[in-house]
Amino acid sequence: MSMLAVLEQRAGAWHRMSWETLAAAQQLGKELGQPVSAAVVGAGVSAMAAELAGKQLEKVYAVEHELLTNYTPDGYAAALEQLVTSAQPQVVLFPHTYQVRDFAPKLATALGRVLVSDVVAHRVDGGAPVFVRQLFQGKVNVDVRFAGDPPYFASVQAGAYRADQVIAGSAAVENFTPELSAASIRTKPLELFREAQRAVDLTAADIIVSVGRGIKEADNIPIVQKLADALGAELAASRPICDSGWLPMERQVGSSGQTVSPKLYLAVGISGAIQHLVGMKGSKTIVAINKDADAPIFEVADYGIVGDLFQIVPALVEELQKAKG
Amino acid sequence: MKIVVCIKQVPSRDSALRVNSAGTWIQDTDLTYEINEPDAYALEEGLQLKEKHGGEVVALCAGPAGAAQTIREALAKGADRALHIEEENLGAYDPLALARLLSAALQAEKPDLVLTGLQSDDLGYGQTGVILAQLMGLPHATIIMHVEKQNGGIRVKRELEDGWFQNVEMPLPALLTIQSGINKLRYATLMGIKKAKTKEVKRLTAGELGVAPAASIRFDRVYLPEKSKHTQILEGPPKEAAAKLVEKLKFEARVL
Repeated sequence: MSMLAVLEQRAGAWHRMSWETLAAAQQLGKELGQPVSAAVVGAGVSAMAAELAGKQLEKVYAVEHELLTNYTPDGYAAALEQLVTSAQPQVVLFPHTYQVRDFAPKLATALGRVLVSDVVAHRVDGGAPVFVRQLFQGKVNVDVRFAGDPPYFASVQAGAYRADQVIAGSAAVENFTPELSAASIRTKPLELFREAQRAVDLTAADIIVSVGRGIKEADNIPIVQKLADALGAELAASRPICDSGWLPMERQVGSSGQTVSPKLYLAVGISGAIQHLVGMKGSKTIVAINKDADAPIFEVADYGIVGDLFQIVPALVEELQKAKG
Repeated sequence: MKIVVCIKQVPSRDSALRVNSAGTWIQDTDLTYEINEPDAYALEEGLQLKEKHGGEVVALCAGPAGAAQTIREALAKGADRALHIEEENLGAYDPLALARLLSAALQAEKPDLVLTGLQSDDLGYGQTGVILAQLMGLPHATIIMHVEKQNGGIRVKRELEDGWFQNVEMPLPALLTIQSGINKLRYATLMGIKKAKTKEVKRLTAGELGVAPAASIRFDRVYLPEKSKHTQILEGPPKEAAAKLVEKLKFEARVL
């Protein structure tokens, strides 16, 4: 039995979560006593496969086809279905990227399996992998075990494993050419683009005051703006605030917005869904102000105040001004 | 265009969650429920597409009898009719079995477009839509921020990471998973609420659909997460807590 880590690249550049997934696979492989192989999918990926050949792996699969030049769910799912059927791994790990979310459930379904998505940790129990995932936007955890026959599919959350723990070694590269036909690829991907230039570079800010749903309505935004002003901070927000148009999208922190690591990050009325946490948990000091003591934001906060932000924030502004004066 | 929107009822966002005594799920008595937020955006997108291009919007919901409330709200907002797969114990269905239920319910419908939210706020697998597309043999795209009908198909805007997007074209019928924020949600009008009472809700059961529960993945234990960091909670009335925080930030964290 063996394990397979399916890594992600785009136009010859690795997705940063690929290494985290490789580290996860190496750790789990060691605990299960199974050799680990890795796959890279695309066209012209030989240089990337050669890079993987310098890691502690049994095999590196270079899954190549001209129809895999641009990502499509049909192309990737078909190619990997053939690889998994041929290599017969017991466990297949993916990074939980937007792309994996797009094709991995399709691949698992094609093989009659269920993907355990967005895994944050694992352990081995009775010779079998048990994966930890989050429910209710990170408020509750669950240990998940596979009940049926392998292959078992799982995707790993950003930041759950450390990329710098990938173990070096050497591995043989095996070219794998899937059978694909242009007719079986039904979607036509067009070019990638970004919306208008980002006028606000939150990554350069030393202090960020970030606001979430707890602010309740657009008219209350000046309350946190005052706090940002008192601290000389940039104002940022979690996704729902930008979705509602209360602050522009360019001020969004999280997986679909900017990733920041300021000296000080104040999360005001933000519960701390994982999509937000991945964008800010690298901050040096984190302060959370929230009415719900069980909010996941307190899991990453250094300092917390549990209570009504509409009372706490003005009091904080006053104290800051006092401290300055 | 015939559009099916899959909607799920989930515990309200600000629910205080406790794990049940068996550690198998949360304590779900006394909870209030609402429509899964991304599904509300999927519904709105369906309604807007219908307003632009004509056709019909059918809401599809698998859930206990109590989910009728969420279905009625979808009808009040403008869905034309609904299918309710009434099942009290959906926990016995893994994501694949659940998508099989949805797929079976849609067999006779032959929709042009199926919309789902990108993930649920409770289980958060983020895969029901993609599994459903595979079962129905439909092309799909996920995390969609814009939908445009064009000759012979649709063009959609996919959200990628770090502020990137990609347009994708595909033929119809197709399935899309919709991202929150794609549109502005409407409220139900009084007229809508009144009309909803006369709209058809077809009840289906797993037995009628010929889909058995399946659990290829099993919940070993449900529990509250342990804190990974030691958080200093600053107590006291607002003024006192705020003063303590400023003190800490200045002299302990030294970030002010």
